[in-house]
Amino acid sequence: MNNASSNPAETPVPLHTEAGTSKTLRGVWLAVLALFFLFPWLGLGDYPLHLVIVALIWSYIYTSWAIMGRLGMVSLGHGAFMGIGAYSVVLLWNSYGISPWIGVVVGVVLALIVALLIGYPCFRFRIIGHYFAIVTLALSEVVRLVIVALRDQTGGSLGITPKTALSDGASFDLVALQFADKTVWFYIALGMWLLGLVIWQLADQHPSRKALQAISEDEDAAASIGIPVSRTKLGVTLLSAGMTAVGGALYAQYQLYVNPDTVSGIAISLQMVFGAIAGGMFVRLGPTVGAMFLLALSETLRVMIGNEFHGVDMTVYGALLILFIIFMPKGILGTLLQRRT
Amino acid sequence: MQSLLATFDIFLLEAIVNGILLGGLFALLSLGLNLIFGVIDVVWICYAELIMVGMYAIWWMHLPQGLSLWIAFPAALLLIGMLGAALHYFIIRPVLGAEPINQLLVTGGVLFFLQALATVTFGVEFRSLGVQMPGFSVADMYLSSSRLLSFAVAIAAIGMTWWFLSKTFTGVAIRAISQDRAIMPLMGVNPNRVYLVTSAIGGVLAGLAACLLVLQYDIHPAIGLTFGPLTFLICVMGGLGNLVGGFVASFIFAQFISVGGFLLHLEWGYVLAFVFFIAMMFWRPQGLLSRKAG
Repeated sequence: MNNASSNPAETPVPLHTEAGTSKTLRGVWLAVLALFFLFPWLGLGDYPLHLVIVALIWSYIYTSWAIMGRLGMVSLGHGAFMGIGAYSVVLLWNSYGISPWIGVVVGVVLALIVALLIGYPCFRFRIIGHYFAIVTLALSEVVRLVIVALRDQTGGSLGITPKTALSDGASFDLVALQFADKTVWFYIALGMWLLGLVIWQLADQHPSRKALQAISEDEDAAASIGIPVSRTKLGVTLLSAGMTAVGGALYAQYQLYVNPDTVSGIAISLQMVFGAIAGGMFVRLGPTVGAMFLLALSETLRVMIGNEFHGVDMTVYGALLILFIIFMPKGILGTLLQRRT
Repeated sequence: MQSLLATFDIFLLEAIVNGILLGGLFALLSLGLNLIFGVIDVVWICYAELIMVGMYAIWWMHLPQGLSLWIAFPAALLLIGMLGAALHYFIIRPVLGAEPINQLLVTGGVLFFLQALATVTFGVEFRSLGVQMPGFSVADMYLSSSRLLSFAVAIAAIGMTWWFLSKTFTGVAIRAISQDRAIMPLMGVNPNRVYLVTSAIGGVLAGLAACLLVLQYDIHPAIGLTFGPLTFLICVMGGLGNLVGGFVASFIFAQFISVGGFLLHLEWGYVLAFVFFIAMMFWRPQGLLSRKAG
């Protein structure tokens, strides 16, 4: 029964993939990033800007997922954390007029409590691999069904819209975290995405990083040399859950509409996993590449096929995911980096 | 007051009886998935989507094509059996040597693919077979005969699968390979053939589930998501690969949904069942019938 510990040796997870990056390459990266800051001023219009914002938000969320996913903890329950974050801000704002700034904090605290309730016993009882994936999947379904069942407060499966604070022609409201101008959202999303990458970097430099690597390869061996397995795994899980809850709140505030199926449940949880895997979950920019790839794919298919053939884009998406996992399990960026070295 | 209590009790009893009938159906749903996990060590996340394809196939053969249900039902069994074998041959086999989690995820891709393909082919409208089976009353309880039929067929199918696994040569080979993957090839059993046969059997069981579900529910591309998660939670609660455990877990889950849904609301029945599942995972991580894990 205990097959999940068979983490084969054929998937060496590079500890420092970016360590070989030379100084010049780093300079090029920084220059590209600096140019990217000017993106809203290129005058491309609202639609490209919207796409970039959505890509950045998803990049941040996939990165949050991959922070634990890359360590062999494949969670299918991150829809739960995203849903908790999104619904916390919207419900507190709509029902009590509490600012989303406080709503985000409440959402993160709730997500951390849920992650602790699930994570502690899971790691204590060595629920790993398939079992961990399916227990967390149950969690994301619980959250989705609770949202649907509380339809008097949440609007059920029809979703809910945060009350607008921009009624009198105001273009922004800082307390309500609502901005009419997409440029503001661009910088918020860009900031969150960069923060996600910085957290990834800090997590890599943290002393427990090597312990986590050891755990993901062989828990028993790691425990035998004195690594506190449960506590270390729990730390990463809490970090990832909290980050995802912030992502859910960000998504809700930007879209100004949430619905149980777009922020929680099995479909959104699987989407996070696939996004991270398609880009490559073992490299820092992998989830970002995955988010851009999935968005570019769905937008291209939508434009090419049009809206009347509902579902064609998802068919291609599903088929590509299958091909990816069979032929390119390290993802786009992961495979490219491996070729180069 | 006395009469109110009496009516309450009869409705509660009705919910319990309906829960038992639903449990039989769940037991059939989880059987195929459990068999595949026990033998091949792969979780088909898309198992409910195979059932969805089967339901559409029956609907398409019966209504647009005008075939009799007596032809459509066996044809669906055959079709989904072939689909199961094809799923193993083309998609699972290439990743058998990869990390276990990749096998789970590749079937997640199949889930999206089949769901979207059904949307493209049949649209998002609800389709109904339009077969109304009469209900009847037993001891003041109103029961649906399609549920009773599906319970009887599910139990019969489980019995036949049991007989097949314990009495036939192929069945014994399937059980043997699930017990020791390394030694069976040395005994002259080709594991790849056993895997293929098991996948086909899992597919046939999914096809049978489709026949029973299509009599009770409307068909929709996303219908798999309503009972898919339930199915593998049942398997995990029973202990993945443990057929008896899955059988017991099916009836427990069905009672939660039926009685919980009756006392509160349908979604709360599901929520209670899922919370119970998560709690059980901590009490019995290796499944209901396992010895208590330390």
